[in-house]
Amino acid sequence: MMDYNSLLCQRIKDIPPSGIRKYFDILAEMDDAISLGIGEPDYPTPWHIRDAGIYSLEKGFTKYTPNAGLSDLRRSISKYLKRRFDLEYAPIGQILVTVGGSEGLDLAFRCLLEPGDEVIIPTPSFVCYGPLVSLYHGVPVYVETKAENDFRLTAEELKAAITPRTKLLVLPYPNNPTGGIMGRDDLEQLAQVLRGTDIMVVSDEIYAELTYGQRHVSMANLPDMYERTIVVNGFSKAYSMTGWRLGYLCGPAELVKAMTKLHQYGIMSAPTTSQYAAIEAMENGDLDIEGMRQDYDGRRRYLLEGFRSLGLECFEPKGAFYMFPCIRSTGMTSEQFCDRFLEAQRVAVIPGSAFGPGGEGFVRACYAASMQDLGEALNRLESFLKSLR
Amino acid sequence: MNNKLLAALEEDCKLSVEQLAAKAGMTPEEARAEIRQAEEDRLILGYKAIVDWERTAQEAVTALIEVNVTPQRGEGFDRIARRIYQYDEVESCYLMSGSFDMTVIISGRSLKEVAQFVGQKLAPIEGVTGTATHFILKKYKEKHLIFEKQEKQEEGFVYE
Repeated sequence: MMDYNSLLCQRIKDIPPSGIRKYFDILAEMDDAISLGIGEPDYPTPWHIRDAGIYSLEKGFTKYTPNAGLSDLRRSISKYLKRRFDLEYAPIGQILVTVGGSEGLDLAFRCLLEPGDEVIIPTPSFVCYGPLVSLYHGVPVYVETKAENDFRLTAEELKAAITPRTKLLVLPYPNNPTGGIMGRDDLEQLAQVLRGTDIMVVSDEIYAELTYGQRHVSMANLPDMYERTIVVNGFSKAYSMTGWRLGYLCGPAELVKAMTKLHQYGIMSAPTTSQYAAIEAMENGDLDIEGMRQDYDGRRRYLLEGFRSLGLECFEPKGAFYMFPCIRSTGMTSEQFCDRFLEAQRVAVIPGSAFGPGGEGFVRACYAASMQDLGEALNRLESFLKSLR
Repeated sequence: MNNKLLAALEEDCKLSVEQLAAKAGMTPEEARAEIRQAEEDRLILGYKAIVDWERTAQEAVTALIEVNVTPQRGEGFDRIARRIYQYDEVESCYLMSGSFDMTVIISGRSLKEVAQFVGQKLAPIEGVTGTATHFILKKYKEKHLIFEKQEKQEEGFVYE
């Protein structure tokens, strides 16, 4: 008998199993359950974008693309970043098309981390940063952001976390799971700490198009920060293209070159059909983004008002499509709350504790769901909260 | 009048006033008042369900009729349109640009019923000079709603 466990590398064994998987397993068995669990747009990809993918197949475009991605797509990305976020990246040399934003994060960590290098990760945040950093021999340094600071990372918190081993700062804004954003002034505070250091920023801007009330600002927009920033973005959230698995990263040419080297061995090139569809998205998709953003905004206002009227304290999220209400008033831990809410009322939300330090006491509800589902979820939440009294 | 509120109602009039208000970015009280006003002003003509009669035992036939008419002095097409749209059988009635003047949509219980309406009621109206009847064989989409059942993709658990 092979002892497979002994074959596995220790670092993989050290990554804890997912704490939220159980909700999806239970959910799959329930008939009339409502899931505000998975963070995924509920729209199909706009038809003209799907059609562009189909058309590329009709033309027989089924081969590998250049490693860094189709040059037309990279030109479209370059124009898009300039148009939407005032960012300037050269199509040749500074843009790499990846398999989702996730691959961009993975490449950045793998190409930059030496054993023992520290990576500052504000939490609560997307769950993949820490495990990936550990896998590549780095050391995740979690910095807990606070509700009273609107879940922004402050200059003081950043300063306190920096050591001589600090290599990277992950900047996950607009934030999953809190919905927090960082404006230009907030970023400037951090930039003042980072200028003059060799610390690179990995800016995860996958939700950049989904902000409410003010446009997203990238760390790369700030003076002297362009050369210290790797921007990771993708098509999943902006264009409702999660299943196409397509993203991109941009940064200083030397780094992008190194990451392209790794990408060409691990991936070769991102899916060809997805790349053709993505050109259509970037060239003709601005109105799709705006339509979806406005829809999310309406749902956001509705759910926020709903939570608050039921007596749950809730920070007003200004980005992404998540709400992060505080459930401490129920006396339960966030995991207990989610377990019981799902069991008693068949509504899935995710415990804040799954998103790292600072998440306990909160739950994440994704409002990329229909108004009907959000309304029903609020009704059930009302019954649930009443049953606790 | 808030156009976002009207658009939200047009998209789904069964949403609660709280939901409609959130979509339009106003308070429920404001939304309630605006809706009442829009109903009074007949900016909102009514609220109706889109039914897929094909899947019921009820026979249903819809026809699109191109109508040519002679406009009348002083009244243009409006007087004839009025004489057409008053019939209960007429579901919709539009003045058109192009090679014919009006589109009249008729729903009835059978081909015969629709044909009789056209032959005995619509065509004889004074000023109607010709009709061409097109029966609708299958409805795919109406008011942004798709009739066909939409398949669902198998979705995986994602650690997102």
